[in-house]
Amino acid sequence: MKFLSKCYIGLIFFLLYIPILVLIVFSFNESGSLAEFSGFSLMWYEELFNDEEALSSLINSLILAVSSSVIATVIGTFGALGLHRMRSKYIKGAINTVTNIPMMNPDIVTGVSMMLLFVAVAAIIGSQSFFGFGTMLIAHVTFNLPYVLLSVMPRFKGLDKSLSEAAQDLGCTPARAFFMVELPEIIPGIVSGLMLGFTMSLDDFVISHFVSSPDFQTLPLYVYNQTAHNVKFSMYALSALIVVVILAILLVVNFAGSVGNRKAKEKRG
Amino acid sequence: MKCNIIKRISALLLTILCLLPSLLFCLSGCAAEGIGSDTVTLYVYNWGEYISDGSEGCLDSNAVFEDWYYDTYGVRVKVNYSTFSSNESLYAKLSSGSVSYDVVVPSDYMIERLISEDLLAPLNYDNIPLAKENLLPEFFGETSEHSAYDPGNVYSVPYLYGMIGIIYNTTMVEADDPGLGSWKLMWDENHAGNILQFNNSRDAFGTAQYFLGIDVNSDDEAEWRSALDKLREQKPILQGYVMDEIYNKMENGSAGIAAYYAGDYLAMYENNPDLEFFYPKEGTNLYVDAMCVPKSAKNKEIAERYINFMLSVDPTYGAPAIANAEYTYYASPNQKVVDDESYIEYMSEIKEDAYEKMYDTDAVQTSTYKNLSGEKLMLINRLWEELKSDVTVSAGIYVICGIIVTVLLGLFIFFAVRKKIRNIY
Amino acid sequence: MKKTSLFQKIAAAPHILWAIMFIVAPMIFVLYFAFTDAEGHFSLSNIASLSQYGNVFILSIAFALIATVICLLIGYPLAYFMSRQSPRAQKILMVLVMLPMWCNLLIRTYALMALLDNGGLLNALLEKLGLHELSIVGTNFGVILGMIYDFLPYMVLPIFTAMTKLDKRYIEASHDLGCNSFQTMTRVIMPLTVSGVISGVTMVFVPSISTFYISQKLGAGKIDLVGDTIERLFQNPSTYNVGAAISLVMMVLIIISVRIMNHFSDDERESSAPKSGKGGGIMP
Repeated sequence: MKFLSKCYIGLIFFLLYIPILVLIVFSFNESGSLAEFSGFSLMWYEELFNDEEALSSLINSLILAVSSSVIATVIGTFGALGLHRMRSKYIKGAINTVTNIPMMNPDIVTGVSMMLLFVAVAAIIGSQSFFGFGTMLIAHVTFNLPYVLLSVMPRFKGLDKSLSEAAQDLGCTPARAFFMVELPEIIPGIVSGLMLGFTMSLDDFVISHFVSSPDFQTLPLYVYNQTAHNVKFSMYALSALIVVVILAILLVVNFAGSVGNRKAKEKRG
Repeated sequence: MKCNIIKRISALLLTILCLLPSLLFCLSGCAAEGIGSDTVTLYVYNWGEYISDGSEGCLDSNAVFEDWYYDTYGVRVKVNYSTFSSNESLYAKLSSGSVSYDVVVPSDYMIERLISEDLLAPLNYDNIPLAKENLLPEFFGETSEHSAYDPGNVYSVPYLYGMIGIIYNTTMVEADDPGLGSWKLMWDENHAGNILQFNNSRDAFGTAQYFLGIDVNSDDEAEWRSALDKLREQKPILQGYVMDEIYNKMENGSAGIAAYYAGDYLAMYENNPDLEFFYPKEGTNLYVDAMCVPKSAKNKEIAERYINFMLSVDPTYGAPAIANAEYTYYASPNQKVVDDESYIEYMSEIKEDAYEKMYDTDAVQTSTYKNLSGEKLMLINRLWEELKSDVTVSAGIYVICGIIVTVLLGLFIFFAVRKKIRNIY
Repeated sequence: MKKTSLFQKIAAAPHILWAIMFIVAPMIFVLYFAFTDAEGHFSLSNIASLSQYGNVFILSIAFALIATVICLLIGYPLAYFMSRQSPRAQKILMVLVMLPMWCNLLIRTYALMALLDNGGLLNALLEKLGLHELSIVGTNFGVILGMIYDFLPYMVLPIFTAMTKLDKRYIEASHDLGCNSFQTMTRVIMPLTVSGVISGVTMVFVPSISTFYISQKLGAGKIDLVGDTIERLFQNPSTYNVGAAISLVMMVLIIISVRIMNHFSDDERESSAPKSGKGGGIMP
């Protein structure tokens, strides 16, 4: 049974990874062909690094991901603070529901709805070249908000009021109490919200597809345009690099996190 | 007291919030332009794979233009080059006014439409002296036969032209196939699953109309409907509706028969010598893609100089007109290109009869698409939607879904009943 | 105390303002476009013209349903087996599940298409082995396969999370009380992981029903799903209205199905896994 289950796991992961592995292997293929491997070469990587469009879209992606996740985190953290202290349950519930709409909705509906808004606004103010970085930023902040709220809100709920009161009783000023007791409790939520937003924004294609303009292209949009045309093999190199980078990040996040947790546990113990 | 701290933090965070975008804008600005604020950006919107882009040692036309412009006028220009895959998507971008371009390269019938909707700016030919000098009289000027879309070329300067034909893979289509030479090949059930059709309404309807012998600019709704019926008949035997994905599919043998633009055939042939090409005997489409400047352009003068540059065969700047023709393999309306010895040789190296295939328009029965009335455009849109949304839900799918739903319902009822029973005890 | 409450109202103000401007307003525009014609007059013609897309809707729902069920059938045992590995192996397997989730969907879909295409590696292999070649791209099977391949990790992860959170003592107790393995599975493990299943199902069903890239690539533009239709209609300003109507219907459809699914999990009070979104993936 144990052996069979291992086989099953192996089989499914094998199937799941074949296409990606093939992509990575063939990114080293000398001849631009997917049907046979003719020889090892790094030429596609070289071509990729000389491709200005790819590089600029990578930079654009990073700029957009950083700015949208930071803005969303700031707005979302304040929002969570406000919501947490809000008395009326109904307003709270309503705001929560509304914020969660972009998370529940399929991306395509979110993208289309934002596009309609921008089209209408562009028509009203009669602006040319309205689409671009600004619209992308707004859209990305909007779909990052629920994730920030999702990771910060529980931290506010988990705040133990008596701890801060105890600190004050022991002679802390309220300011000191907040910084020493409350903020450290919230910060992990803020950080995870920030990281979540960053990765979501980096990965998004569908929403960007509807609110972008050609002069601000992100990496997923670049990949889309590539696959809609005559695919260059440097795209394979790009994909291979993306897979490797993400694998590295995931390993660091997961295994560094576990080391940290263990240390924390040891401390507490 | 507590609120004071919160206020202070919020003030801090708000400042960050306010400063951040400006900082980022600055960053992105620096990243994008690199040099300084006196650089002008020229937005060019062209078909995909439609300019010599510097890959594999060919000329990078846009980069050379930037150099040439700096050498000639002392101003740094950065070309922001982006691509579209159909006239209709170009139209959508231009008419929505959401983005502005300086140079666009639509096809004939779309130029006619853009002119009629007042979206193009008349060109100042003082900035485009090469147009008169270099372009063939058939394609440019008052008396040209191929510029009916813009009589006198007030708004447009021809870039490249070509004809639609059928590409087939000789390993999948026998030399004695009865369909060869005719549109019939694309409706041949023996090749089911191996045929690719255009994924844009005008060209797709065109194939059916030429096959049926109907006018491609017909005013008769019934005729359009009969073309739709022909396309519907074809849908089950198609592998798919694609545009530029066709390159990979034809090159690696994923599909065997496809209608596409002649120049692109040569690009595919370079990678797969099994591919052959013919112009159907029933007639086909001749299209001219021309450079225009939209009304909303921000740098009209530079745009016109860009157009002029693309007509140039000046070897000190790499002869962009020749380089573009060589890169795309499309036919050039430029006298200087057509007569260029090295160009002719280049074409014959690609394929023996490449030059003749591209330029021998008289041997083929051709017609052009014309702009249609708004009403007709709506009709085509509707018919195209009818074709695309005509998906068949096979009985098998109904059966599978039926089983799934039944099982789910069964489980649901089972658990509900069990819960009830438990509650009784 | 009163002063603080004033401040706290202000703290949420940017958030509320943002939500109204960029979440509520766009939804209102969808509604507005869905119920007006190109000139901006009230009209029900968009909704009426939806009948034309009946089959597209049926096909999309059917594909999403089939893909979801197959993902569940593959993913549930996988998550179960994974949860019974050593902690170290679990961690590695978890990263292997998350890696595809965070690799761009476009890349994975394209990689799959390149592999399965008639002239791709799979058929080259089959040919060498002297077997019959398969044409998968451009068929219903291809599209469903694409959905399963792309979204399987979204099914596995929440179920796996629920499995690892499951208290092992319940299983021991059920064995002690005389259950065989099958009974333990159906009476203890399955009911306690329903919340994971529900969020997995949501996370597969919603993107499957709204995808357009998968059907574009693996359906070769021939098999149009709701997502393709919306995408196409929004490329032409004159068809924005019909597109908005279709988006609206799809939104309502999804809200209803998510509600139904959440109803299942409401029976179980211990829902711990994230309800939706891929946010469940990255953070510990």
